[in-house]
Amino acid sequence: MSEHTTTTAAPAKQPAPTGRTTSGGGLLAGPVGRNLGLVVAFALLCIVGVVTAGDRFASADNALTILRLAAVVGVVSIGMTFVIIGGGIDLSVGALVALSSVWATTLATQAMAADTHWVLMAGTAILVGAIAGLVNGVVIAYGKLVAFIATLAMLAAARGLAEILANRRTQIVQDQDFLRFFAASPLGVPMLVWMFALVAVLGWVLLNRTTFGRRTFAVGGNAEAARLAGIRVQRHTVALYVLSGVTCGLAAVMLMARTTTGSSTHGTLLELDAIAAVVIGGTLLIGGRGTIVGTVLGVLIFTTLSNVFTLNNLSSSAQAVAKGVIIVAAVLLQQRVAAGRRQRRSPKALPPTAAEGAPAGASPGVPAS
Amino acid sequence: MGSALLEMQGIVKTFPGVRALDGVDLDVRAGEVHCLLGQNGAGKSTLIKVLAGAHQPDEGEIRWQGEPVRLTDPQAAMRRGIATIYQELDLVAGLSVADNVFLGRERSRFGLSRPTADHRATAALLTRLGHPEIRPGAEVGSLSAASQQMVSMARALSQDARLIVMDEPSAVLDNEEVERLFAVVRDLTADGVAVVYISHRLEEIRQIGDRITVIKDGATVATGLPARETPTREVIALMTGRTIEYVFPQRTDRAATTAAPLLEVEHLSVPGHVDDVSFTVAPGEILGLAGLVGSGRSEVLEAVYGARRPGGGQVRVDGRRLRPGDVAAAVGAGVGLAPEERKSQALLLGEPIYRNITLSSLARFARAGFLSGRAERTAAREQTDALDLRPVDVDREVRTLSGGNQQKVVLARWLLRDCRVLLLDEPTRGVDVGARSEIYALVRALADRGVAVVLVSSEIPEVLGLADRVLVLADGRVLADQPATSLDEHAVLDLVMQGLPTHTTEGHVA
Repeated sequence: MSEHTTTTAAPAKQPAPTGRTTSGGGLLAGPVGRNLGLVVAFALLCIVGVVTAGDRFASADNALTILRLAAVVGVVSIGMTFVIIGGGIDLSVGALVALSSVWATTLATQAMAADTHWVLMAGTAILVGAIAGLVNGVVIAYGKLVAFIATLAMLAAARGLAEILANRRTQIVQDQDFLRFFAASPLGVPMLVWMFALVAVLGWVLLNRTTFGRRTFAVGGNAEAARLAGIRVQRHTVALYVLSGVTCGLAAVMLMARTTTGSSTHGTLLELDAIAAVVIGGTLLIGGRGTIVGTVLGVLIFTTLSNVFTLNNLSSSAQAVAKGVIIVAAVLLQQRVAAGRRQRRSPKALPPTAAEGAPAGASPGVPAS
Repeated sequence: MGSALLEMQGIVKTFPGVRALDGVDLDVRAGEVHCLLGQNGAGKSTLIKVLAGAHQPDEGEIRWQGEPVRLTDPQAAMRRGIATIYQELDLVAGLSVADNVFLGRERSRFGLSRPTADHRATAALLTRLGHPEIRPGAEVGSLSAASQQMVSMARALSQDARLIVMDEPSAVLDNEEVERLFAVVRDLTADGVAVVYISHRLEEIRQIGDRITVIKDGATVATGLPARETPTREVIALMTGRTIEYVFPQRTDRAATTAAPLLEVEHLSVPGHVDDVSFTVAPGEILGLAGLVGSGRSEVLEAVYGARRPGGGQVRVDGRRLRPGDVAAAVGAGVGLAPEERKSQALLLGEPIYRNITLSSLARFARAGFLSGRAERTAAREQTDALDLRPVDVDREVRTLSGGNQQKVVLARWLLRDCRVLLLDEPTRGVDVGARSEIYALVRALADRGVAVVLVSSEIPEVLGLADRVLVLADGRVLADQPATSLDEHAVLDLVMQGLPTHTTEGHVA
């Protein structure tokens, strides 16, 4: 479901891509419009930044600062996008980042890495994330637990395990090669930003150009139809949570590099930031619809917002309030647009009372069978 | 027999592409049991919804106790005293009996609910219905289907209903429960309440009914027939005598039935639904499954497809045994299913046509997992051209298509996959008249290409007209397995309506 695929291959004589947006509703009608709305919001935010903070905001350094801050939550949000489009939710991402960072910085792991290569540390973090994601996926798909509950349990358990492993102490990353590699700025852009960009591009390709992505939309859009079309829905659900776990491991590596530590307090409340970014990016919480571009914009909007607030010496409490307002406004707008589209397309569709209202409030469980 | 309570005249209701009601007349008198008969798709459900205020008629007049009324919403119907007990009981499983009875009309004093008052009133209603054993505090979800029905009745009575519409109430009940239901209905009518009773079982209608109205293709064909005296033949003839004749494709002369069967089903059983069903289908053959709702038709298809785990038996395609309960394995072996509920079970409504068509064949368009949108569109366009699917734009969302074109999308999915066994569950439900003939022709063309087709339909003429061989099912068992040409509609209806081993004790069977 993305504008990118529709435009490339349609023969010129067919009015294919425009057919979606012609019937009124203007720019906000299609998925294009949904992202366009985000671009406009982002632009407005930047204008506010320039007006209130002037050059302190509009500098290359500040732009890189924003991007570096966005990188960690951004990578996790890409994984989260897949899970949510696939009809699930992953509340455990913050805890998995903590667990991965701790596991990768234990004395034993660091000693092994010192003997071989720092890549071992990064690999450990990613592997830990993947295995925890696998557990999530298996419990949800085969144990038929509601995703919300299963990942809530993982959230508690993984952070607890991280505390046990770290003995509640912050573990310092000793490997200088590791730190040097991630502190580098090829072409003037920090390594962490490169990583976020790479993950976003790979995520976009995976979602829009591969069978895996197509199946993700199918499983989240209509799990029963996907199953009856011959897709192995359970297996795919597991894969989605593993993917989310891998992005958590990667985020842990990035956080280890940025803070030079592994800690059981890393990534606290990261799940909420990631879900918020995905949701304001236009991904439906009930699954079946969403874009990577929207998620990236969602992440950028939130990070820029907090940057603008910080530059104006406003408290983090005020930031939190603004964040909440933005989430509600964005989702309300999306529902309006979605409802409008539905009504124009099928005049005899269910009355809005029955069809709407569900998206935001519905418990985002995965229909596992 | 009392005075006219409800009169409906010339009711017309259209939905995009379908004229669901096309001039229905119905008059119901106080204190009578008025039976509404008609085949599936005749318009009974739509009529009930008009009566319940859930649909607004486009034309026609409704008079209640002699005065013209407009039932603008379900509350308006309820206020007049019209209560509907739907086939799918609309109770909240997690609430108590009393809570359900008074749902939306909870009694309160100073804003506080009064559970004891509700309980007492509920107990009184249930006693009146002859079911004092149902506790008002019991959770509805824990009750039997029959008891749940009584809760619905109690709710209707609590609203002082003057007219109760019962949509196939006996479908979920056993013999004894049906008897008790009838006793309740007789008590109600003795008090002057009118009942509109819908059932497929003619013998029930003879036991409980006073008058019959028959509707067919959305119009009343007979009204006010005496329920006990009208011969079964006449009722069936009224229900089936078609005004619209569908064009069925010519059967291919299949002298070569000696071909090895492509699909073999042996001793298939699904606990509670299907009991030891065996059949084979040869390549190029269309096998029809006929039977009432609940006869196990759809369950047979689902078990063959692996969508439902069978209790026993086996399924072989081309001699190779399918792993039970594994859809992906069935699809891999060349089996395709067009399920009964197209929108919820087959389609991704918000996705474009081409993605719905390629969903089961993605591997073909992928190189190392990367999809080629261009190849997908080209292949999908070939299918839509072959099926004459309109609109031609394969980027259109499936949601915007008519029922017939949506069904073609599902068929295109399996055509693209070159499936060899095609299972069709109600392939023409919600499909308009013109597109039906196209779908029939398409199914026959597929069979001629060597596909083995299994067709389930509640429209008997469809099964008889399209299939080569017909399996008549009732209560999960095979009653007959015959060439379609040796059966006619009356024979099948006789089998499915009277061949049921239940309710035969009363001796009212004509």
